[in-house]
Amino acid sequence: MRNQYDQADVARMVEQLVAVIAHEFSPDRALNIVGIRTRGEILAQRIAAGLATRGFSRLGRGVLDITLYRDDLSEIGPRPLVRPTKLDFALDANPTVLIDDVLFTGRSVRAALDLLSDFGRPSVIRLAVLVDRNGRELPIQADYAGIRLSQVPQAHRVNVRLSEVDGSDEIVVEPLKAADGPKPGGQA
Amino acid sequence: MSETSPDVRWNRKHLLSLEELTAEEIRFVLDTADSLKEVSTRSIKKVPALRGRVMVNAFFEDSTRTRTSFSLAASRLSADVIDFSEKGSSVSKGETLIDTARNIEAMGVDILVIRHPAPGAAALLSRTIQCSVVNAGDGAHEHPTQGLLDLYTIRERFGKIEGLKVAIVGDIANSRVARSNLWGLTKLGAQVILVGPPTLVPRAFEKLGATVTHNFDEVIGQVDVVNMLRVQFERIKSSQFPSVREFTRLFGLTQERFQRCKSNVFVMHPGPMNRGIEISSGIADGPHSGILTQVTNGLAVRMAVLYLVTQAV
Repeated sequence: MRNQYDQADVARMVEQLVAVIAHEFSPDRALNIVGIRTRGEILAQRIAAGLATRGFSRLGRGVLDITLYRDDLSEIGPRPLVRPTKLDFALDANPTVLIDDVLFTGRSVRAALDLLSDFGRPSVIRLAVLVDRNGRELPIQADYAGIRLSQVPQAHRVNVRLSEVDGSDEIVVEPLKAADGPKPGGQA
Repeated sequence: MSETSPDVRWNRKHLLSLEELTAEEIRFVLDTADSLKEVSTRSIKKVPALRGRVMVNAFFEDSTRTRTSFSLAASRLSADVIDFSEKGSSVSKGETLIDTARNIEAMGVDILVIRHPAPGAAALLSRTIQCSVVNAGDGAHEHPTQGLLDLYTIRERFGKIEGLKVAIVGDIANSRVARSNLWGLTKLGAQVILVGPPTLVPRAFEKLGATVTHNFDEVIGQVDVVNMLRVQFERIKSSQFPSVREFTRLFGLTQERFQRCKSNVFVMHPGPMNRGIEISSGIADGPHSGILTQVTNGLAVRMAVLYLVTQAV
């Protein structure tokens, strides 16, 4: 298993996600692309841009802050700032693709599903992630993944870095540092 | 989610005053409130953040806004709410404040919101009991959530606080709202002008970084915000206070005086208003008034406070 993926790898994975989502949904129908803050939001922007170039004309774009929905608040250390959730489109009866950077324990996705259900009832919710890694604590699976890593040691962390917030695109599998806080559960 | 920026900017279990907060902590509360405001616009106006937690409203003085606002804020965060009031409780049998609080806490309470006529009551309890304590007004000392919601409302209106000139007018000496506002505004870089008669606005406030004037008309044309305090008849010793008519003539926000304000002046009042005494009805209900916006924002600010005090590690 490789421990590092560079900008070209990330671009390829995003393009792959765009292709498979484009294949599954119709470009003429409404489709909502919703990212989980922070890096899921950025990936959602990139994927939505890719879908737009493939003729998707009725894209809704949203961002979820799941902090208030987490079940592991006491485990992830001091609070990050709660940021706004923005869903400025009709959620009901339209399909939603939920996007995050890494699927690990499944707890973030569980929180995001709860949050979405407080806003409405999409006709279908699919999950797309850049990295699908092993270590699930809940029965949640990704429908689309840029890459699937099934042999990551439990004590390792998959860090996705994206140029918009981290300066460059890369995926690094590395041992957990103390500064990352207690795990698992913090990254999901 | 691989968000790894746990910048510790809030680690307080209690909210007792704005005096004790840093500018950064105040901004952190306001930013959190900004995000929580959205919850009240949803069709399901609730998030599960405090599910299974219990908040007690313990009010030893009357209140409409603050008490309701805390209850609603707790409900929006899915906490359970218990209302305790002095009337009809064992306080009338002579139980001390600390014993009352310890007994309430022994039932498994996570947050105690307290309003009490004695300055320092909330601080005293925070040293005595284990749960989070939020000061909802302690005598003439502080009313931190009112201060925060005023800051939030001013920031929302002007996009900033730094550099603004804010007049706080009326009975400053007896006002916990004035003290919390003064601490918060000066920490965030506003210039505070305290206005009122010499008996109610002592010069000593200049030591806290405010300008003091006894002449409202002298400053009315310069300020961006006018925060009109309620005349607190219940706290005033009559010798400090002129006649009501004289007070209105000298320090009331009358239509005549309002004409000399800046064109974009923002008028605030913490409520409850004495219409026609400290503020004219037309202004209170007019386009420059932020009075109901203050109440709306109070909900988001109190949600932020309740959430943050329970998350401190």
